[in-house]
Amino acid sequence: MRKTYDVIIIGAGSVGVPTAMALAEKKLSVLVLDALASPGQGNAKKAIGGIRATHSDYGKIKISQRSIDIFSTWEKLHGDEIGWMSNGYSYPAYTEKDEKMLKDLMKIQRSFGLNISWISPEEYQKLVPGISMEGLRGSTFSPEDGSASPLLSNNAFYFKSIEYGAEYRFNESVAEIKTDGNRITEVVTSKGSYGCGYMINAAGNFAKEIGKMVGLDLPVNPDSHEAGITEPMKRFFEPMVVDMRSAPGSKNFYFYQNNEGQVVFCITPEPPILGVHNESTSVFLPMCTKRMVALYPRLCNLKVRRTWRGQYPMTPDGFPIIGAVKELDNYINAVGMCGQGFMLGPGLGELIARIVTDTKHADDDRILESFDFYRDFSGQELFK
Amino acid sequence: MEKYRLKQHPVLPIEVRSDITFYWNSQPLKAKAGEVISSALFANGIKIFGHHPKDGSAQGIFCANGQCAKCTVIANGVPVKSCMTEVCENMIVQSVEGLPELPEVTETPNFETIEEIATDVLIIGGGPAGLSAAIQMAKHGVKAILVDDKSALGGKLVLQTHKFFGSVEDSHAGMRGIDIGKMLAQKVMQSKEIDVWMNSTALYAFIDKKAGILKDGRYKIVVPKIILNAAGAREKFLRFKGNTLAGVYGAGAFQTLVNRDLIKPTERLFIIGGGNVGLIAGYHALQAGIEVVGLVEAMPTCGGYKVHADKLKRLGVPIFTSHTVLAANGEESVSSITIAQVDEKFNVIENTEKTYPCDTILIAVGLESVKEFAVEAQMAGMKVFAAGDALEIAEASSAMFNGKIAGLKIVKEMKSDVGDIPESWYKKAAILKSHPGKIEDRIPADIWEGVMPIIHCKQEIPCNPCSTVCPTGSIKMIGDPIMGLPRYEGKCIGCGKCVAICPGLAITLVDFRKDASVPTVTLPYEVGNMPVAIGDPIQMVDIDGNSLGSFAVTGVTSGNATNRTQLIKAAVPKEIAKKIVSFRIQDAEVSHQIEKSEPESAIADTEMVCLCERVTAGEIRALVRKGIRDLNQIKAITRAGMGPCGSKTCDNLLKQVLRSEGVSVEEIVENTRRPVFVEVPMETFAGKKGGRNA
Repeated sequence: MRKTYDVIIIGAGSVGVPTAMALAEKKLSVLVLDALASPGQGNAKKAIGGIRATHSDYGKIKISQRSIDIFSTWEKLHGDEIGWMSNGYSYPAYTEKDEKMLKDLMKIQRSFGLNISWISPEEYQKLVPGISMEGLRGSTFSPEDGSASPLLSNNAFYFKSIEYGAEYRFNESVAEIKTDGNRITEVVTSKGSYGCGYMINAAGNFAKEIGKMVGLDLPVNPDSHEAGITEPMKRFFEPMVVDMRSAPGSKNFYFYQNNEGQVVFCITPEPPILGVHNESTSVFLPMCTKRMVALYPRLCNLKVRRTWRGQYPMTPDGFPIIGAVKELDNYINAVGMCGQGFMLGPGLGELIARIVTDTKHADDDRILESFDFYRDFSGQELFK
Repeated sequence: MEKYRLKQHPVLPIEVRSDITFYWNSQPLKAKAGEVISSALFANGIKIFGHHPKDGSAQGIFCANGQCAKCTVIANGVPVKSCMTEVCENMIVQSVEGLPELPEVTETPNFETIEEIATDVLIIGGGPAGLSAAIQMAKHGVKAILVDDKSALGGKLVLQTHKFFGSVEDSHAGMRGIDIGKMLAQKVMQSKEIDVWMNSTALYAFIDKKAGILKDGRYKIVVPKIILNAAGAREKFLRFKGNTLAGVYGAGAFQTLVNRDLIKPTERLFIIGGGNVGLIAGYHALQAGIEVVGLVEAMPTCGGYKVHADKLKRLGVPIFTSHTVLAANGEESVSSITIAQVDEKFNVIENTEKTYPCDTILIAVGLESVKEFAVEAQMAGMKVFAAGDALEIAEASSAMFNGKIAGLKIVKEMKSDVGDIPESWYKKAAILKSHPGKIEDRIPADIWEGVMPIIHCKQEIPCNPCSTVCPTGSIKMIGDPIMGLPRYEGKCIGCGKCVAICPGLAITLVDFRKDASVPTVTLPYEVGNMPVAIGDPIQMVDIDGNSLGSFAVTGVTSGNATNRTQLIKAAVPKEIAKKIVSFRIQDAEVSHQIEKSEPESAIADTEMVCLCERVTAGEIRALVRKGIRDLNQIKAITRAGMGPCGSKTCDNLLKQVLRSEGVSVEEIVENTRRPVFVEVPMETFAGKKGGRNA
């Protein structure tokens, strides 16, 4: 007997799990399928944990603000420790161009009600004691942004979703998605087949392959970023530090000290490394640590504990693809998170639940505008 | 401070080293120049180096091998692993209480380009296997870089004060491990082909077929054609109540402290595990003048060589077979151990608990190959060979021989004009790694005149020095020339060479020539801190340590002519002469029981699985009962495996907890391993000009 669910979600990652939680909370029957052995084992666990609402796009800002609400109140409401800290984000500027760009952007961000301000090099030195003052022109600081443990968060959402009644099937990869006219009727996996009301594609790296199974060409192509974590230390700096500059072999890099006291860091390779390979190359550690130590000499003695590689499932313009499609009545995209699945996930999960249950808020359509599957992908986000 | 240093040792020379001053939490202390901080602290009786930020548990020595971070201290403001960092004059060393503070740095360092070095072969590990392989490569003109994370070559050989088993011609049987290590090291150091990198750790084999090596504080990239993994093994840890107390550590760490650093880290030792590692550690302790309260083994017989177990029993150490450890007791440090008898299914039998006071508990419950680097290299598509314990856990004698085979295999890869490896080598390799065979009860020949060796070796093990050393060829191996049991047949001239060379101290000489009714027995002895002089009464014992009466010593050799094994003579009645194997040195009072266990540890549920992140078996069990089978998910929730050791210690224990909950091996999803194998400061990866200590 084939079991039928109100919603089948493909992918138990940073988007799939909170989406399952939001849907199951609304008493829908939910099945989450994942090819891996447990939740968050794709790219969700690769995230370094930064969470900010200080984007430049209305939709991203709104979704992230809701995510921050969920992250920041989680422990109080549900009791699980997820490592939330309101430690803020900072973008120090070392060039005139960057300073101007950041200040222009701040105007937009403040117009959306975001708490972000420009601080002097001396003030910044207090937030990040010992950071290189050479050429420092000042920095943005958005104290309401923060961080949480992607590992603990994903598991907290996972157990909560199970409590609400969601079901999960791991080690099951999707083999075929059957359609009848413009409706998905059945999802066939390596181990069984399931009927569904809605099907949500939250397959991260594999969004394109899932899209192909229902005849959609999703422009989602993963590229690799490498990250690392250090030994824990007594707290010595506050915010996420994002160095926007480029250097040979890399674009920006960023790091923060998580609630365990460990510094987590990540760099964007240039040119991008395409594909889904997770093995580390010999290039990353020297390249990234050299930039970090030069920017922040105090990191000299901090020991690197582990490194890893993960992917940003990228769209051509850096915006996710979210929402229903014209071709199919019961299919919803939640793909192309471009490395922001962790911070968007909880807010996005609720939005998708509203789409499925037809209970959209007044501004949901405005939120979804930039994430429209049929948009012109040639644009670029003002600020990523 | 001299109280905690070895003053004499039957095998190891105690060199005079100059004293330096360092400060421990602002108290001035003396250290020996050139020693590591952890040993300097132990020498001053300091065994607790700090307290864990999570639960305040005492931290101290654990692996003594640079693999974990339990021994971290703050040296001149910087957190370092004390077991790997040399103490220096006026160094300010502080305990780590909670999370350490990252020192301020004002100047941006200058960088140098990370050097990239191409080589034919990269040998990981300069122990018996790596050295033997390197010797083959050097012999055939194959160039190699050999990296080893210690400051001297030899691997674990440098800790082995006992005489080696195996065969004389293939693995230098009869020589002491430390001497074999020096000999092999010298051969390698003299060769032009082998570039030896000491204080160097292989950090990772990257997907671009490059190896990241930490060379004496500087990061280097090595691009080899072939990798030989001769990285040895690590000790398995054990789950029991109180396993997290200070004073619970591995036999390897113990041997490092005692035999390398000449520290007396304990007064009263208890050993868990009756394999060769545990048995030998017990013997090494006795040689260092440390009381061995007992040894516990869960199986009905010890897994190690019978001769090793017999040695301990004869010297007076009780071996509790079919017993398990229930708990280590104490508040912060070990003050006693509670053991109990188990049935054939290893269930604890009620009312068999026994508690013994001790200050240190050694875990010697098996080894596992260090394979991470090789696995990564293979994934990257590099050609990888393995030798020694990294290939398969066995004795060092086996490691030397299969190292030789691996070396020649690699030579063959590099050079087409080298012939095949003889089939006989593989056969010999198989013999040398043999587990001990059957035990035979042997009755000496019914001869009561002349002089003869009595061979108290009843178990087939790969060992043959007695037959090799006999000048009249009177000791023959029954069956296999290495594995067989030795038998005396022929003409003994009473030279005593077999007595002195036997690694098991299992040959005695009985001489009826002077007095047939009160013959003289000659016994091997190498626990020199308990001096034996002519006229001293000694408590003679049979093979199992049962008393055969007290007799006066009539002769003592210095041991100088017999590789530091002393020969002790005594005249005894002929009825017991052939039964005497040795004499007891440790008083029975050492192994006295106490009524009640000591106060239990202040930390609740101390059956610790992940020592780094303080995760208990109870926490793991609760998750398993929720249906979790993926070790990655357990790690995500509990952090088990996320600490500095990189799940090297807890991986086995985690799986044990899952299996004890009825989860089959196939269901368990392995933890993903990621670079790097040991923690390295950022400035080192960044390529600080002149290296870490510049």
